[in-house]
Amino acid sequence: MRAAPEQYEMISPGNLAAALKLMASEPGRWLPVAGGTEVMVQYSAGRLPQRNLMNVWGLPELRRIEVTPDAVVIGGGCTFAEIRAHKAIAAEFSMLAKTAAWVGSIANQNRATLAGNLANASPAADSPPALLAYEAEIELISVRGTRRIPYTQCHLDYKRTALTQDELILAVRLPRRFAGWRDYVRKVGTRNAQAISKVCMAAQALVQDGVVEAIRMGMGSVAPVPLRLAAIEECAAGRKVNATLIAECRQLLDKMIAPIDDIRSTIEYRRLVAGNVLEDCLRTLAGTA
Amino acid sequence: MSLQRIVMTVNGVERTVDAHPMERLLDVLREKLGLTGTKEGCGEGECGACSVLMDGSLVNSCLIPVAQAAHAQIVTIEGLGSPEKLDPVQEAFLHCGGSQCGMCTPGMIMAAKCLLMHNVKPSREEIREGLGGNLCRCTGYMRIFEAVEAAARKQESEAAR
Repeated sequence: MRAAPEQYEMISPGNLAAALKLMASEPGRWLPVAGGTEVMVQYSAGRLPQRNLMNVWGLPELRRIEVTPDAVVIGGGCTFAEIRAHKAIAAEFSMLAKTAAWVGSIANQNRATLAGNLANASPAADSPPALLAYEAEIELISVRGTRRIPYTQCHLDYKRTALTQDELILAVRLPRRFAGWRDYVRKVGTRNAQAISKVCMAAQALVQDGVVEAIRMGMGSVAPVPLRLAAIEECAAGRKVNATLIAECRQLLDKMIAPIDDIRSTIEYRRLVAGNVLEDCLRTLAGTA
Repeated sequence: MSLQRIVMTVNGVERTVDAHPMERLLDVLREKLGLTGTKEGCGEGECGACSVLMDGSLVNSCLIPVAQAAHAQIVTIEGLGSPEKLDPVQEAFLHCGGSQCGMCTPGMIMAAKCLLMHNVKPSREEIREGLGGNLCRCTGYMRIFEAVEAAARKQESEAAR
């Protein structure tokens, strides 16, 4: 059923301060819309419950990418096209650049924003596993000021985030402390373009003489929220990648994940493939693939 | 909810429309401005039939609330070439058989145009990626890819002249 546009309001505040003021004055009333690649789909299908929308597309304060000595800071309003084209991101955070290139199609990447991807909070979103592996932080802003939280604390449950009703995602901070780490990123989907993940994973590790000194891993599409695989990271730290370690890690993963049956895949397939991807990840990072 | 006056530049001409802010750019182009070259396929950003250029970027016009197109530069299929002198991409689609039923063609040509604006000599892989968001149910894509390669060659030889 097609939505009736006259039943919807959209306000364009024009700058960040005005947007935050509007959100603070009527908490929960105004749904922020950036590139619209999620909201407009719901709207057109007649499934968008919110009638009051706030246009944050193109707000300059949300569109910067800043490279500081200790972090690359990506404005929440940056599109995936901008992220994949950015030299410092491609050089130091190539998994994020790759996952940006996995988002929908070129037309979607030109509109979809990093903040939108996180605020929409789909467990199948492309960018979260890389952000988890990079130990990203997110900066939230409201009229009350800004606060910074680890990205691991962003997703509370399926489609539920730690954002309060008056907050926007100002930026995502990627700490520059992983020089020399190897990385691994993989998406399993139905086709190359326009596919939503059945399973996706990103990881990076510091490996010396075949021993995993340290490892960080994120996985998507296998639970109500994107998962940081902390228990597996602990299990693998300080050990050589061999059949014993892989079996232990696969067992841990099996306990951590809770995949679902849906139009894209089945529980059984996701469980098996998640384990296979984890094994491929460990072997690849250790150089034993 | 009230109508808003929205000004945008469409195919080089400033246009003013009174529209609800959440009307889709696609519907405003087709129904208020009579530019029916842009098609609706899926209506959810998956098929690319509604592709247009907005401020130089390829976008799905079905996913754009017209309020977000205020003051933007929009180019639709009608903005490329003319019946007397086709755009090289349009000409190549015609010559290579890159169009069959025609439903995907305007969006496909806009995606190809956008690709060739940023990459004058795309590889087959780059063409596949550039057109990855545009679905065609007739051609099997090969003639479309050949058309993009032919358009690239034509543009190159014209630039060399």
